[in-house]
Amino acid sequence: MFIINPDFIPASDNSILIKFGDKISENLHLKVFSYTQYLLKNPITQIIGISPGYNSILVRLDNSMRLNESIDMLKTIGKSIHIRQRIKKREIQIPVCYDSEMGLDLERVMRHTTYSRNKIIKSHTSRTYLAYFIGFSAGFPYIGGMDETLATPRLDTPRTNVPTGSVGIAGNQTGIYPLSTPGGWNIIGRTPLKLFDKDNPGTSIVRMGDRIQFIAINQDKYEYLRSNQL
Amino acid sequence: MSIKVINPGLHTTVQDLGRRGYSHLGISGAGAADSISLRLANLLVGNLENDSALEMTLTGGEFLFKKDACIALTGSVFPALMNGEKLPYYRPFQIIKGSKITLGPTQDGARCYLAIRGGFQLPLRLGSCSTHIMTKIGGLDGGVLRKGQEINIGDPDQNKAGIKLDQAIHLDRSILRITRGLQHDWFDSAAWKTLQERPYTISSNFDRMGLRTSGIGIYPITAKHVITEGIPLGAVQIPGNGRPIISFVDHQTTGGYPKIANVITADLCKVGQLRSGDEFQFQLVTMKEAEFLRLDQEKFLNELVKK
Repeated sequence: MFIINPDFIPASDNSILIKFGDKISENLHLKVFSYTQYLLKNPITQIIGISPGYNSILVRLDNSMRLNESIDMLKTIGKSIHIRQRIKKREIQIPVCYDSEMGLDLERVMRHTTYSRNKIIKSHTSRTYLAYFIGFSAGFPYIGGMDETLATPRLDTPRTNVPTGSVGIAGNQTGIYPLSTPGGWNIIGRTPLKLFDKDNPGTSIVRMGDRIQFIAINQDKYEYLRSNQL
Repeated sequence: MSIKVINPGLHTTVQDLGRRGYSHLGISGAGAADSISLRLANLLVGNLENDSALEMTLTGGEFLFKKDACIALTGSVFPALMNGEKLPYYRPFQIIKGSKITLGPTQDGARCYLAIRGGFQLPLRLGSCSTHIMTKIGGLDGGVLRKGQEINIGDPDQNKAGIKLDQAIHLDRSILRITRGLQHDWFDSAAWKTLQERPYTISSNFDRMGLRTSGIGIYPITAKHVITEGIPLGAVQIPGNGRPIISFVDHQTTGGYPKIANVITADLCKVGQLRSGDEFQFQLVTMKEAEFLRLDQEKFLNELVKK
């Protein structure tokens, strides 16, 4: 166990970025995760929301707060947060149909990587990933640890409506669109799982800190799982 | 008893002061785009500041009142008629059961607010009645008002008397004050000079998620990429085309564009009134000034409540 000394940077006149480092790493994630969990379990009325990222947490503050007192408050809280060296991760399997009707940008990724469809699927399903945090839109997990050789630049023009459940890649990140939202990631498949429950958003299938594995399924299995989930 | 939507208008939603405590799940606060106008509308009819009210955008709707009610209109003036008679803004007035009120296209900014004494009887979704369109939560079925829908009015008897306003509050929307953003030093002094001295225009692509602008593009001096991080409300983000995007109440919670600046909290209500074609300039202030202006705005509203 060790205590951390992050930087506290005003991001606007009512929000502060707690910054733990300058890169994406599992070590930094442990800090972000521990801090986030502490702030969620010990809610403070002056904090109206927190947005964890890869290496930082944006703390949104009530309009009655002064920045200096907010930073002092966060520093004091930080003293009681201990970072566990290891966290027992939930392990989540995500079935994905990589057929071309659902993998809207598979051909683009094939062109960019010069990989065959099968090689892309094999590469995407052969690793265990980490859900670093939930952000962007409701329930969207930022999943890191993808094979660098799959990395494909974002679409030049983002789609205005990415179909629900789409699995995308951008840079060396992969993610899942729980809702039909605009988005610019390369879509390589789709999961039948309902990733976001608007009545119970905290109990989504994928949560911050989960270990993720993608499992390739065919279209029949996709339809079956989609119509048979609770 | 209720009001019935005869014509919903262009984009009318139920909003309160927004949703707290869910941004770590990717759900931004939503809430009134011009929160000051919403608060004033509620206070005028004796509601709590945070009660739910209607937010209309660019063109108002038509509503049938199925019971007597006391309402107030605030924000930009969308000419309003009740049975052919013109209605005032920033002053509460009585509506007789069976009356229809009709609001026309705006004569000013983007949004007007209609608060009703007693508020609306709607279930809280994740702690708020605010409609968050992308997530489809809050308000009426998580969406914009539709023709034929009815909204129940809360019990007005529990409320205290409304406040009185001597005059409408008008803010100069041609200036948006900003503080330095998280990536402010990714831009050189020439870019900063452009940002502050050249006019920007709100593009046709503006909504509750964000407002795109047109004007002279500005570009970072570094090839670095932002490691995806939280986006504050009012962030001035610089995408690849160099034209600032202002993140707004339904914004995405995290993102990777560099944030050169941030609109100060006290000026966010102005952003809620900007619309396509509006020209404005950014003006840099210090964090201390921004904080003072925010606390001062809060003090002004708190004193109205006490009066």
